[in-house]
Amino acid sequence: MIHTCENGAISVQTLHTTMRFGAFTALDDVSIDIPAGTFHALLGENGAGKSTLVKCMMGFYNATSGELLVKGREARMTDPKVAQKLGLGMVYQHFTLVPSLTGAENLVISRADTPGLIDWRRETRALDAFMTKMPFHVPLDQPVSRLAAGEKQKLEIIKQLYLGNRFLILDEPTSVLTPAEADEVLGHVRALTQAGEITVLMITHKFREVSAFADDVSILRRGKYVGGGSVADMSIEDMSRAMMGEAPVISTRSRRDTVKQPLLTMNGIKARDRTGLKPIEIDDVTLHSGEILGIAGISGNGQMELMEILTGQRRMEQGDIRVNGAQYGATRAEARAHAIRYLPEEPLRNACAPRMSVAENIAFRMFDAGKDGKTAFWNDSGAIARNAATLIKAFNVKTSSPAARIASLSGGNVQRAVLGRELTGDVKALIVSNPCFGLDFAAVSSIRDRLVEARNQGTAILLISEDLDEIMELSDRILVMSEGRIAYETPIATANVEQIGQYMAGHH
Amino acid sequence: MEPVEIGLWGVPLAILGGAIRVSTPFIFVSLGECLTERSGRINLGLEGTLVFGAISGYAVAYETGNPFLGVLAAALAGACFGLLHGWICKFKGVNDIAVGIAMMLFGMGLAFFFGKPYIQPQAPDLPAIPFGWWSDTPQVQAALQVNILFILGAILAVAMAWMFKSTRVGLTVRVVGDSTDAARAMGINPNSVRLLSTAAGGALAGIGGAYLSLYYPGSWTEGVSSGQGLMAIALVIFARWNPINCFWAALLFGGTGALGPALQSVGISEGYYLFFAAPYVLTLILLIMTSSPDRAMQGAPLELSLTK
Ligand SMILES: Nc1ncnc2c1ncn2[C@@H]1O[C@H](COP(=O)(O)OP(=O)(O)OP(=O)(O)O)[C@@H](O)[C@H]1O
Ligand SMILES: [Mg+2]
Repeated sequence: MIHTCENGAISVQTLHTTMRFGAFTALDDVSIDIPAGTFHALLGENGAGKSTLVKCMMGFYNATSGELLVKGREARMTDPKVAQKLGLGMVYQHFTLVPSLTGAENLVISRADTPGLIDWRRETRALDAFMTKMPFHVPLDQPVSRLAAGEKQKLEIIKQLYLGNRFLILDEPTSVLTPAEADEVLGHVRALTQAGEITVLMITHKFREVSAFADDVSILRRGKYVGGGSVADMSIEDMSRAMMGEAPVISTRSRRDTVKQPLLTMNGIKARDRTGLKPIEIDDVTLHSGEILGIAGISGNGQMELMEILTGQRRMEQGDIRVNGAQYGATRAEARAHAIRYLPEEPLRNACAPRMSVAENIAFRMFDAGKDGKTAFWNDSGAIARNAATLIKAFNVKTSSPAARIASLSGGNVQRAVLGRELTGDVKALIVSNPCFGLDFAAVSSIRDRLVEARNQGTAILLISEDLDEIMELSDRILVMSEGRIAYETPIATANVEQIGQYMAGHH
Repeated sequence: MEPVEIGLWGVPLAILGGAIRVSTPFIFVSLGECLTERSGRINLGLEGTLVFGAISGYAVAYETGNPFLGVLAAALAGACFGLLHGWICKFKGVNDIAVGIAMMLFGMGLAFFFGKPYIQPQAPDLPAIPFGWWSDTPQVQAALQVNILFILGAILAVAMAWMFKSTRVGLTVRVVGDSTDAARAMGINPNSVRLLSTAAGGALAGIGGAYLSLYYPGSWTEGVSSGQGLMAIALVIFARWNPINCFWAALLFGGTGALGPALQSVGISEGYYLFFAAPYVLTLILLIMTSSPDRAMQGAPLELSLTK
């Protein structure tokens, strides 16, 4: 095994790593070899323990038992600082850039040897020189909170290279990127591994990325190592079988003919985007029952704001939303009366109370609903527990117990729990944003099945998604959002990916 | 020297003088709070720290005969209060606002307890620089009597703004205030950064207290502070966590505070005491005017329990 490359890449091995959270074993005797200069993929379903494993490698968690070898020598990761000193760096699933600092400030402060007094003129010159060697570009003079998700992701990777880290861990780096952006970023990363400059361990749910970019793969299932090896020797079937413990079932979704009646209309809406600088304008959009209306667009073109307008989180300056002809202000009472449900993006932040339990979180729609349609005063803890048990089972939510804090669930499982809550009961309209972000493929397929099933039952679904494949697969009608406006509309029958792509990019 | 009749000119002049005189404690407390809040913690106890700073400064100045030793003692006492606050907040499940309120009452109680013997004796005052020497109008001279601490406060505001931008310490404080997770990922210990920021903030508030007892009003009474410590915390929000804005906000607040006495001095006595409420009314109006229903509070450190 090669422990270091000429250009600096280093090797890492985990030996018999075990990690327990209380009585729950998140990792069970996992051993993985990653030789220097290779691109290694880590696969596993939601909650398999991927993030936990890499957090142990980075010293964020102290593994209950097991060893870690860096460059063939044992390393004790007691602290993220130790990992950094050894040249290990990680891009986390949730961004760790500091939002109100500029890109340049973020880079300089994350360095181990930041001088006490920062000479900005010199630093800027050094950063400019460094950036010319980088495969991609990001504006460094703006606060990170103003950057789009793709730019943040690039900056995270740039930061690791800037810090001189030679072993990079990427936790689902492409979940917030468009396929083209993902290919661009990963292509550059791959080139760096081939040049022997870095070693990469990437967590992903996308087989396409594994076969296109990775050399080797390791697969976890319920905290155990269940297979792996060279990507060249494994088929996608082999990988998915190891991941799920069985061959994937390809579902055939059938669309039934549905009665389409206007349900929700948005008229002449004007609002400000999240920076307060650019306008969002939605002139005339109607959502019908029994259809999936897909809204495509590159992240940062106003989809998030549209979602916030519909959930009542963002104030409209003008215009109105009507449901069945009545004014709709997205209050809880209105949403309940019209049976409108939501799955916003980042559900942990936008649709959960992170410190409350899983059971409480998935009871948010029912806990105050009395028998006769009135609001109940006393909580029925029995009903809440039953509701939790049913939904956790039906939506396959992996949690140590219904009483666990929802924030302790893995990313994908939070998504499932919220979707379970929102899809139960009589739902007339469902407004979802990127419902499959960060989900493993089995979950993706089951969630898409559920969406189509709901549509067949006559539910109106507004699907905001950055994944164009998802839009093409599920929608009856497609709108393209660009620069805060609806730029294009087409029924699925005449939809053409290239044309949509051009409208998404604003070339029209 | 004979007082010269300068008519209505007395009003702006008195306001200017008042602004400089009244604003100094606001400057120190709000800069201290600004530093603490930028690290992601709120210290509501600064009112108590201010009062305790006032008595410890007064007592030490009286015992040693040196007002500067008094200021130093007040800063030390303030730092101790800050350390205590920061240390308690380190524990899981402790709320910084609740601790702050307790610390405020604790500081005031302790100050009144130790302050009993110092109500009578007169401690030496802090010196002021007569910037009005060029004029022979006594009103101008009085208005331009600038205390050293005011000048120090102005320099400190600029220095702190520069620190947040161009020093490692400043950036570290901002990182911790914005994202505990990011700080941890960088290997920074958020608790110790917050502890030290709270201590430094307390020290500044202590200095503000020494100004009260050693210069203006210049004696120790139990009513030495009229809520300056609390108002200064509101000023920080109004100043959007920017040290230089804190300075201007404090000055504005001091100036409006001097409105009542200034009008009185030119003979407007009808309802002049209503003008004593002017700074509070002004703060309310400005806070409402600068707020927005759409944007989150701009510049607010994201880890602050106010904005979470
Ligand atoms: N701090 C924690 N306390 C308790 N349980 C935890 C903690 N962190 C993770 N877990 C549990 O450990 C298991 C593995 O979680 P992990 O985040 O590693 O999953 P993952 O493979 O990264 O999944 P995903 O693809 O959804 O991100 C999950 O069941 C999760 O609930
Ligand atoms: Mg994960």
